Amino acid sequence: MAEVLNGELTAKDFETDQEVRWCPGCGDYSILKQVQKVIPELGVKREDVVFISGIGCSSRFPYYMNTYGMHSIHGRAPAVVSGLKATNPNLSVWMITGDGDALSIGGNHIIHMLRRNFNINILLFNNQIYGLTKGQYSPTSEEGKTTKSTPMGSLDHPFNPAALCLGADSTFYARTMDRDPIHLRDVLSRANAHKGTSMVEIYQNCNVFNDGAFEGMTDKSTKADQTLFVEHGLPMIFGANKEFGIKLDGFTPVIVNMDSVSENDLWIHDETNRAKANILVRFYQDPSLEGNFPRPFGVFYTEERACYEDLLVNQVELAKNKFGKGDLDALLRGKSTWTIS
Amino acid sequence: MAATLESTKEITILFAGDSGDGIQLTGTQFTDTNALFGNDLSTFPNFPAEIRAPQGTLAGVSGFQLHFGSIEIFTPGDECDALVVMNAAALKANLKTLKKGGIIIANTDGFDAKNLRLAKVDSGISALEDGSLSNYKVYPIEVTKLTKECLKDSGLGIKDIDRTKNMFVLGYVLWMFDRSLDPTLKYISDKFKKKPEIVDANSKVLRAGYNFGDTTETPTTRFSVDKAPMPKGVYRNIMGNEAAAIGLVAAAQRSGLELFCGSYPITPATDILQELAKHKNFGVKTFQAEDEIAAIASTIGASFGGALGVTTSSGPGIALKGEAIGLALMLELPLVIVNVQRGGPSTGLPTKTEQADLLQAVYGRNGESPVAVVAAATPADCFNMAFEACRLAVEHMTPVFFLSDGYLANGAEPWRFPTVDELPAFKGNFATTADASEEGYRPYDRDANLVRKWAIPGTPGLEHRMGGIEKQDGTGNISYDPDNHQHMVNTRAKKISNIANNIPLQDIELGEAKGKVLVLGWGSTFGAIKAATKELIAEGHSVSHAHIRYLFPFPKNIEEVLRSFDTVLVPEMNMGQLNMMIRSQYLIPTVALNKVKGIPFSKNEIKDKVLEILG
Repeated sequence: MAEVLNGELTAKDFETDQEVRWCPGCGDYSILKQVQKVIPELGVKREDVVFISGIGCSSRFPYYMNTYGMHSIHGRAPAVVSGLKATNPNLSVWMITGDGDALSIGGNHIIHMLRRNFNINILLFNNQIYGLTKGQYSPTSEEGKTTKSTPMGSLDHPFNPAALCLGADSTFYARTMDRDPIHLRDVLSRANAHKGTSMVEIYQNCNVFNDGAFEGMTDKSTKADQTLFVEHGLPMIFGANKEFGIKLDGFTPVIVNMDSVSENDLWIHDETNRAKANILVRFYQDPSLEGNFPRPFGVFYTEERACYEDLLVNQVELAKNKFGKGDLDALLRGKSTWTIS
Repeated sequence: MAATLESTKEITILFAGDSGDGIQLTGTQFTDTNALFGNDLSTFPNFPAEIRAPQGTLAGVSGFQLHFGSIEIFTPGDECDALVVMNAAALKANLKTLKKGGIIIANTDGFDAKNLRLAKVDSGISALEDGSLSNYKVYPIEVTKLTKECLKDSGLGIKDIDRTKNMFVLGYVLWMFDRSLDPTLKYISDKFKKKPEIVDANSKVLRAGYNFGDTTETPTTRFSVDKAPMPKGVYRNIMGNEAAAIGLVAAAQRSGLELFCGSYPITPATDILQELAKHKNFGVKTFQAEDEIAAIASTIGASFGGALGVTTSSGPGIALKGEAIGLALMLELPLVIVNVQRGGPSTGLPTKTEQADLLQAVYGRNGESPVAVVAAATPADCFNMAFEACRLAVEHMTPVFFLSDGYLANGAEPWRFPTVDELPAFKGNFATTADASEEGYRPYDRDANLVRKWAIPGTPGLEHRMGGIEKQDGTGNISYDPDNHQHMVNTRAKKISNIANNIPLQDIELGEAKGKVLVLGWGSTFGAIKAATKELIAEGHSVSHAHIRYLFPFPKNIEEVLRSFDTVLVPEMNMGQLNMMIRSQYLIPTVALNKVKGIPFSKNEIKDKVLEILG
């Protein structure tokens, strides 16, 4: 097969002959479709694209992408990805994971991957439930959630993935949703453009075991009131009629009515501001409750920081310059020898 | 008067003191000096797990045993000729290993009331003074005091001065065994080249120790051990972990692959990671992962990307890696797993040796999950078998275990190292764009040996998906078909058993190819078995020694070798794991000899058992 440049490929070229086996109506279908649409637009050769996943419903994803792919083991995809990028820094590596895979069994790996900042893209499908094992609570399930393993309600306080990522010094965090394909594609493009570990949390509906988990944020009738789509340099405004804004009162965000303030008084989103991003990630209460904040979507935070694989390659070059290219005979010989004749 | 010089064939000496006394360094320097002189030798460092265990106590005693000679040396020695002790606890803990009439060199400053109390000497009277050592030659030396005296004008603080006292002892021992100070003086000046005052102090104390022997009237006898008649060639001294690391680098160089080592620090394997980290100029990439699982998973990622992937660990770490080893064997990627075994189970005895992870390596995973297993017999052999593990992993696209242990890892021996040209070259069978087809690449197509090609990301036309889920042979697509699963299980097993065609036949290390007793070993029991067998043969017994380096699959002729003897004795530092494998595969009624004390077999333990069998 001849080398095909990206511009000539379409979404169809990234489909495989494998039957997609997610439940009918699963949010994963939408994500797969948008990814297949976005990849051809990125200017990357197909043979340089690799999808690596752990275990869970979302982790079947690589089998449906006509690229290189590996369906690894539960929670360990970040480590597999790290080794691959260390070996071959030029690949475009996409990691597919879920809330259980990334934040429960793979929790240790995800935080270390973020601080090391390998140049990869992580798509975290968050459906707040364990789907593949048929409906147990996950580390992002809300407190008190009744599931098959928690018939009297879950006792766990959930992770806030955004806060967790920022706490681990992530250099790129964005949130999007399965039911907003345009926003999803925009965020994927932004993630790909960022050099470093790009963490994209995707709210994904599990219509079998946790249907409607994000309904308020995705349903047309409530979406505008319960969501806040942030964009760098723009004021934070939401509501069906853009009637609400977010203002910072010291460190405290407050919701204001646009009748009483001008846009200039609002919080202007600055995705390079770590302190403000740390406030933004705490817009996390239940948005259906009165007085609570809309759930933000978009790129929360991004920064430039050296990537691990580049530093590693630099060290190898540095060592070659400093000590000369490895001389195996000298290594075998060691520092002191003696001769028996 | 000058002491007389007495010639002897072999000496076993044990240095013992607090783990902060620099015992390991003293022992290593004395070892290197003897190696450079041309002796054959074997060492056994034995230290507590704590970095600085409570000073002066029995628990804090660190030891370094060296057996050197003008004859072939196979073990660190069963009993000691000389014991160098820095305090009362060191004497109390090690006196039992000293031969009657042996030499005790004691730092008397380590025998004061406090030291006696810490060593739990109930009488409160020093053994140096109570007459209990009348069967030994005791040389009490006020090492601490003499060292202080020597450096009183150096301007160094009391702590720095105290740290040099091991050099006084080393100087004295070098005098007693008629060895040059030069290698140690060179070592000191290299090691502390940025601190000239420390170089001066250590050198001065070293010379003072030597001169102390020369000028005092006791002892009246020094010992001289001639060069050993070893095969011609150029030698160096080497420890097992260093040999393993160099073997891995050599394998990468001889295969043209980039070496990637994903590892998490664990005793006693850490040295391999540290050694590899020094060799980035060979293109070696080391990755200290966040845990054992990430260490192997990152290595699998590197192997997927076309690197020679190696992960290094010890038993507890290997337990954590189990699932990922299964993934690598399902992916059919090359992967070398180094297990420097230590005492188990669980945390067990981190700094002590054992070989109780054999069954873990061969069988310790879920499902039908065969991987190849090789093991080194001596410290220098760690080079050969680490290299072999890499070769087999790449040529057969499979995970391969390389088993070492704490005794090999930290033990040292002279090594007639190879040149690059003497090392075999090997290469990965990489798929190319020519292997692509319109229907998509078939990652699990196999050659006659059932080995698939290595198709690495970045190669146009070879895009493929694979994972830990059972797959259809050829395409690699997910398959739950019952017949396919049976086929794949059979195929993976056959693929590993085919490795037997690519390894040497089992040889007899020592003795005849048939006879009454075969002592069958694997791993670090090599030295004790060989030493025992050699003596038994010299005494006229029908005994042979065979040592298995390829444990899974076994060499093709192993059954024939074993059936040529009336009795097969299998000594192991476990409760009978190789013994079980041999019995279950060949139904041969082997006899087991087992020891799990965290210390190696002595020659006599093996010998006694053989004599018992011979009746």
